[in-house]
Amino acid sequence: MTTAPATGPAPGRRRRRRATANAVGLVFSALMAFPLYWMLLTAFRPATEIHADPPHFWPDHLTLEHFRRAVDTPTFWANVRSSVLIGVGTVLVSLLIGTLAAFALARFSFAGRKALVLVILGVQMVPLAGLIIPLYLLLSDAGLTDSLVGVILTYLVFMLPFTVWLLRGFIAGVPVELEEAAMTDGCTRLGAFRRVVLPLLAPGLVATSIYALVQAWNEYVLAYVLLSSNDKQTLSIWLLSFQTSFGTDYGGLMAGATLTALPVAVFFAFVQRRIGAGLTAGAVKG
Amino acid sequence: MGTVELPGPPRAAPPPHRPRTARAPRPRRTLRRRLLPYLLIAPTVLALAAVLGYPLVDLVVLSFQDMTRRELFSGAPPPYAGLANYRSILTDGFFWTVVGRTALFTVACVAATMVLSLLVALLMRRVAPWVRTVMTGVLVAVWAMPVMVAASIFRWLSDADYGVVNWLLGLLPGLDFSKHNWFEDPWQGFAVITGVVVWGAVPFAALTLQAALSQVPAELAEAALVDGARPGQLFRYVTWPVIKPSAVLVTSLSAIWDFGVFNQIWLMRGGQPEKEYYLLGVYSFIESFAVNRYSVGAAIAVVTVLMLLVGAVVYVRQLVHLGAAE
Repeated sequence: MTTAPATGPAPGRRRRRRATANAVGLVFSALMAFPLYWMLLTAFRPATEIHADPPHFWPDHLTLEHFRRAVDTPTFWANVRSSVLIGVGTVLVSLLIGTLAAFALARFSFAGRKALVLVILGVQMVPLAGLIIPLYLLLSDAGLTDSLVGVILTYLVFMLPFTVWLLRGFIAGVPVELEEAAMTDGCTRLGAFRRVVLPLLAPGLVATSIYALVQAWNEYVLAYVLLSSNDKQTLSIWLLSFQTSFGTDYGGLMAGATLTALPVAVFFAFVQRRIGAGLTAGAVKG
Repeated sequence: MGTVELPGPPRAAPPPHRPRTARAPRPRRTLRRRLLPYLLIAPTVLALAAVLGYPLVDLVVLSFQDMTRRELFSGAPPPYAGLANYRSILTDGFFWTVVGRTALFTVACVAATMVLSLLVALLMRRVAPWVRTVMTGVLVAVWAMPVMVAASIFRWLSDADYGVVNWLLGLLPGLDFSKHNWFEDPWQGFAVITGVVVWGAVPFAALTLQAALSQVPAELAEAALVDGARPGQLFRYVTWPVIKPSAVLVTSLSAIWDFGVFNQIWLMRGGQPEKEYYLLGVYSFIESFAVNRYSVGAAIAVVTVLMLLVGAVVYVRQLVHLGAAE
């Protein structure tokens, strides 16, 4: 370093360092991606090759037999329906309620605002598993066990804080002058919200709803406790059906895992940037 | 925006109700204005109170009662037990074993996640843009995996008969891992569980730290190098202060998530975890729903929530400190 004070390390050494970094980065990517690769490979290869010893690391023959078996399990389509209904229901209700609260937090100063912010941040820390017992008792009093509505209600509360928090950031990003201009021009507050804020909020709404959808799609414990009929259970619970006391059907399990992961993975890829920023809001400027 | 600046002729006329509000007595208008935010937050507050606040209170009440299957089905109010549940768990050596195990597991997972993520984030600042794109793509794909899917994959990778991990370890000279059952010894079993937790946690942590690292001013780093700073000093005095807020947030979030781990253990042990695999979340669940000692389960859950508050306070304080809560 002392030999080249102005230009930094010699170009040759810098290039070599870059190459090493690239190589390490690619090796890391390969290691991280391997479990996903192995899932897909197992899902698409015939049973004889799944149980090959030594294992083959490249695809030889591809088959859809595991997917066929997974889709043909008696409750598959019912479970897909449950997952979709619960996911969409949670998203719609939490967006509806959450946008109102987010708007209040972003645009008004009122007594108790700070307390609400602290509650909303703190609530995200309450472990779901700790609340299963009283939630179960509450819903069983209300006659909502083994009902999709009951599950949506409970998910709602765990999604709502994050929805409000994320949307608050997006609303705060819309200049308040735009809204005021609209109101000067004769819009009501609601009209200004609908015509000015809402269109600009669209990306935030999309990001938030996908995050809530993914969370609802992935949740397991509450759905497992609250839903007792097989045909009402969600895909996360359905995945466990490939493990029996006689052993695990890994071909079917990996095909099921692929089917469960695919829709959320595609959605998620579009919005991960905003989600990450939302979880650590304020930590990263810009 | 266009629709706002160019209101069509019909809208140019003042709406009928506008003059009325102007004429209305001032106090009423300000009252309406003052009430509006409360109306807006009312649904959220009500929902949180009903499905979160009430159960939390109920959980505490339940932990002072003696709820069994009989009361659950008859609907009769369970008898009060005072501190008996707490006394029984707090004097139980097994409970403290589980607490210690949960703490150790959390520390191991968080430490592994943070060290690995920081290294990956630093690496991502050094590689060529196309390699960074590859790394980001892989991280996002892993991040998107549902927990149950991740646990299923790792169960398959560590399978005793056909698991690829056993085969790979068997290649090392002097090691025989054929038919090795990873879950016979809880230490090894928890190594696999730590693996799946860390694998799932690294993407969020690494991408967040990477974003924070991109905020380190390049001129500052260059100036430090020109002044003769060693790489270690550069990290400590230039890089770390910039990324510290993000690092604290990610650490506290990971700690909270890892402390409450349930799904990975549940699936890896096929829905029937052995006692050696109990962490606080699993323990509370089994006491309640398998043993039907709901009140003991509730007491364990209350203790868990209290312990988690420590992590929550760090997280919320950091956010407030950064002004995000303003």
